[in-house]
Amino acid sequence: MSSTTDPRGFSKAFLTANAWLVYLFFYAPIILLVVYSFSGDKLVGRWGGFTLDWYRAFAKDDNVQGALWVSVQVAIVSTLVSVVLGTLAALALERFKFRGQKVFDALLYLPIIIPDVTMAVMLLMFFSQFFNVIDSVLGLTLSKDISTVIISHIAFNISFVSIVVRARLEGMDQRLEEAASDLYASRWKAFRFVTFPQIIPGIAGGALLALTLSLDDVVIAQFVSGPGSTTLPVYVFGLIRKGVSPLINAVSVVMLVASVLLVMLSLLAQRNSEDKDQKVNDENEDDDQEVSSGSSSLSEMSIN
Amino acid sequence: MAEEEIAAAVELQGLTKRFGADVTAVDSIDLRIEDGEFFALLGPSGCGKTTTLRMIAGLEFPTEGSLRIYGEEMGTLSPNKRPVNTVFQNYALFPHMTVLDNVAFGLRMQKVDKAEANKRAQEAIEMVRLGQMAKRKPNQLSGGQQQRIALARALVNRPKVLLLDEPLGALDLKLRQEMQIELKSLQREVGITFVFVTHDQEEALTLSDRIAVMHDGKFLQVASPENMYERPANRFVADFIGQTNLLEGTVEDAETVCLANGARVSVANDKAEGAKVAVSLRPERINVHALDDKPDGPSLEGVVSSVTYLGTAHSYRIAMDWMEIEVREENRPSRGHFNAGDSVLISWHSDGVWVVDN
Ligand SMILES: Nc1ncnc2c1ncn2[C@@H]1O[C@H](COP(=O)(O)OP(=O)(O)OP(=O)(O)O)[C@@H](O)[C@H]1O
Ligand SMILES: [Mg+2]
Repeated sequence: MSSTTDPRGFSKAFLTANAWLVYLFFYAPIILLVVYSFSGDKLVGRWGGFTLDWYRAFAKDDNVQGALWVSVQVAIVSTLVSVVLGTLAALALERFKFRGQKVFDALLYLPIIIPDVTMAVMLLMFFSQFFNVIDSVLGLTLSKDISTVIISHIAFNISFVSIVVRARLEGMDQRLEEAASDLYASRWKAFRFVTFPQIIPGIAGGALLALTLSLDDVVIAQFVSGPGSTTLPVYVFGLIRKGVSPLINAVSVVMLVASVLLVMLSLLAQRNSEDKDQKVNDENEDDDQEVSSGSSSLSEMSIN
Repeated sequence: MAEEEIAAAVELQGLTKRFGADVTAVDSIDLRIEDGEFFALLGPSGCGKTTTLRMIAGLEFPTEGSLRIYGEEMGTLSPNKRPVNTVFQNYALFPHMTVLDNVAFGLRMQKVDKAEANKRAQEAIEMVRLGQMAKRKPNQLSGGQQQRIALARALVNRPKVLLLDEPLGALDLKLRQEMQIELKSLQREVGITFVFVTHDQEEALTLSDRIAVMHDGKFLQVASPENMYERPANRFVADFIGQTNLLEGTVEDAETVCLANGARVSVANDKAEGAKVAVSLRPERINVHALDDKPDGPSLEGVVSSVTYLGTAHSYRIAMDWMEIEVREENRPSRGHFNAGDSVLISWHSDGVWVVDN
C-alpha cells in the first residue's frame, strides 16, 4: 500500500541510500568489534584465524572478573534503591500537593541535565568534604570504595526512574483510585491493589533503565571509585590506555550482549503492558486474603 | 433533629463548594432526599452536579455546610468510610482485574470472607445478566456491559445510597433506553436510594421520583417530574424541562395577562399585578385551526411559516407579528394538515398554560 505522501523517484532512492548509510555507520563498528573478538592475532585489525582464547582469558583474568563483580553489585544495589526512592518521588509529585513541590520537581531532574563530568566532580568534592567531616567527628578514616560508587549511581538513577514511573502515573486514570476508595479501600490498599498494579510496567521499565545506565557509566565511576572498587567499564577504559588488545573486544562484546538483553527485556515489559494483560502478582494471596487480582490461571503461573 | 422524625437518606444544608477564590461550583444548597427515592440532579454542563455528587461520596469535601447521610454528619469522613457507592461516568473499572474481581473488590475490602465475597459477586453479576462474563477483563466487554458491571460492583455492597454520575451518558440511544428501564426496575428491586446525575431532561423525567434542577451551583426547583413539567418555578426551568413557548407579558389581575402584542389572555396566576411574566405554552398543548373555525378559549392569529413531519405528529412554526410559536399536533388519518403560508388561529385550554416570572 502506498499513499500519496510516500516519497517517489529520486527522493525515494536518496532516502533509502541514507537509511543504509546510517545503518552502516551504526553497525559496522559493532560488527568489527564482534569479529575481532574472535581473531587469533594480538593486533586488533589483523585477522589471525578463529579463536575463543580472548573469551577464555576474560574468564580467567582475575582483574576483569573482579571488575565485573563490582559492576554487577553496583548495578543491582543502586537499581533496587533508586527504584524505591524514584517511585516514591514520582508518587509524591503526582498524587500529593505540598509546599515547594515545583522546586522539588525541577531539582529532581537536574542530574539528567547536567553533564556527567560535572556530576562526577561534584560528587567527588562532596565525598571528600563529607569524609573529612565524618572522620574528624567520629575519628574514622573513610575512603572511596564500592559504596561511594553505589551512592553516586543512586543519585542519578532516582531521576530516571521517577521520570519513567511518573509518565505511567500521569497516563493512569485517577478515577480508578477514587473508585477504589469509594469501594472501601484505605489509601494504602488503594495503592496496593489498584495504583501499584497499574504502574508496574513503569517501575519495571525504570528499573531496567537504571540497570543499563549503571552498567554503562564510566565517567562518574572513574571519579568516585576507590582502589578495589573499579567497575568493568572503568577497567576497560584503563586497559585501552595501555593499548588495544582483543581482550578488550571480548569484554566489550560481553557488555554489549548484556545491554542488548536488558533493552530487549524492557521492550518486552512495555509490550506486555500495552496488551493490558500484564499479570499482577498474586503474592498478596498469602499476606492478605482480601484481593486477588489477575485471573487464577495467570496467578498460578506467576507464583513460581 | 427530632427523635421521631425519620432521618432523610441524604440531607444537605447550606452545602457549598468553592475551588479557589473565584469558582463557586456549588452554592449553598439545601436538600432532603428520602429513603428509597430515585432522585435526579438535572442541569446544564458545568452547573455543579458532579461536584455535589462527589461531596456526597466524600471524594470532595465541602467548603461550608452540613451533609448528613441517614442522620449521620459526614464532615470530612473519607470515602471508604461512607455507606455510599458510586457508579462513575466512565465506569472506572479496574483494567487489570477480571470482572469477578472488580465486583468482589468492595466486599473484600470490607474483609468479607473470600469465598463468600466471590459468591455474592457472582450473584451480582448474574443480576445484571452477565453471568458468563465473570472471567473476562473489562476491556473485553462492550460499553453497555461495562456499564452493568459498574452497577453490579457498586450494588453488591448494598450501599445505603447509590450515586450515579451520568451512567448512561456514553451509550447510544437504543441501549440507553434499555438501560433506563433496567435501572428503574433494579432500583425498585433493591429498594436502595438512588441519586442520579444527568443533563438529559427526558431521562430525568422518565426515571425519577423527584428532580432537582440545578443552575450555576444553585437549585432552581426541586419537584416531582409532573410538577416540574406542569408548574415550573421560573423561566429557566420551563425552558429546560421539555419544550415550551414563552410569551412575554404583564399581569393584569389574577385571571388575566396582557401579552406583549396587546392581546389579553385569561390565565390563572398568583403573581402581583403589573409583574413582568412569561406565559408558558407547551407545543403539544396548542391547537391549530383554520381562520373560519371558531375555537373556544383564548386564541391568537398567525401564519404558518414552516411545517415539519415528525411521523407521529406535525410540527408547525407559526409566525405572529411579534414572535414565533412552535406547535406540535398529533397526526390523525382523518385530519389533514396545514401548509406553510396558511393563515391560522391557535388556541389552548386555559389549564394547559402556566405563568412564570420573567
Ligand atoms: N477540581 C476543580 N477545580 C476547579 N474548578 C472545578 C473543579 N471541579 C469542578 N470545577 C468547576 O466547578 C463547576 C461545576 O463543575 P461540575 O463538574 O460539578 O459540573 P457538572 O454539572 O457535573 O457538569 P457536566 O454536566 O459538564 O459534567 C464548573 O464550572 C467546573 O469548571
Ligand atoms: Mg459532571
